[in-house]
Amino acid sequence: MSFVMATSQVKQTPQSGHNVHLDDIDRKIIQATQAGLPLVSRPYDDIAMQIGISADEVLKRMCKMQQCGIIRRIAAVPNHYALGYKANGMTVWDVPDDRIDELGKQVGTLEFVSHCYHRPRYLPGWRYNLFAMVHAHTREEALQLVSRIADLLGEGCRGHDVLFSTRILKKTCMRLIS
Amino acid sequence: MMDELDRKIINVLQSGFPLSKEPYAEVAAQLEITEVELITRLQGLLENKTLSRFGPMYDAQKMGGSFSLVALQVPEEDFDAVADVVNSYSEVAHNYQRDHKFNMWYVIAAEAPGQIAEVNREIEQRTGLKVFNFPKLAEYYVGLQLPV
Repeated sequence: MSFVMATSQVKQTPQSGHNVHLDDIDRKIIQATQAGLPLVSRPYDDIAMQIGISADEVLKRMCKMQQCGIIRRIAAVPNHYALGYKANGMTVWDVPDDRIDELGKQVGTLEFVSHCYHRPRYLPGWRYNLFAMVHAHTREEALQLVSRIADLLGEGCRGHDVLFSTRILKKTCMRLIS
Repeated sequence: MMDELDRKIINVLQSGFPLSKEPYAEVAAQLEITEVELITRLQGLLENKTLSRFGPMYDAQKMGGSFSLVALQVPEEDFDAVADVVNSYSEVAHNYQRDHKFNMWYVIAAEAPGQIAEVNREIEQRTGLKVFNFPKLAEYYVGLQLPV
């Protein structure tokens, strides 16, 4: 996922109440690491050198960004197609609104779910309010995962569907800060 | 192709990476390999696209961005023309065809919430199709950890 935004425009505008203030140095750290972490013995020293601050300062700021959730985590992101995960299903569920947070969190903990969100319904055409992406090698395997979600939801599931992707029409690799 | 060590490296690095002076050495010790071997392998996995990236995963929404998932029901004969219209917007980051009545699903990323509505309105006008906007109301999990 990527996102184009000029440095000067990142961002003080409050939105959904969970924006976090970033200063120029934070932005420089993001800019230096958004494409990836340097593959050298002391990667944070490397970033520090690029920006002109100490490695301790880089570590301190990145720790803080991780604590407040600006950095979800530092990790390798697999290319799931290359790893043989070719069946990518968007599973959608109709669960009672008063239980969605409880049930959404449970579904989110399943190891094969990569994204799990509460989204709006559009009645009568679209009754599903819980979205969970699942990744599997084959459609058959994906459908087994779907039934595991159904088991977990139990009576909380009043209906579901699975939308498999058949074609990537666009996939850009944008920058958070240009 | 990947060998056992590649798999171990991918599995370990999917779960997280330390914020410390010599993080590769730490992870290498855990895997009982040398730091150089870990870095070399990681480089190879990125070059051959087994990994799409390695580093901090930023939450762009917390940084002030707006995102939404949007769906269209496109008549089969118009599909490619509608895809061209949708894809022409730089705010449209991803677009997937899915086998469903709602057969086109795209993600918009914008700097302001109003911009999402604006792009959707234009897409409605240009395609004559009703746009179904699915902003996230709550996020329960985001992350991709696939055992390999």
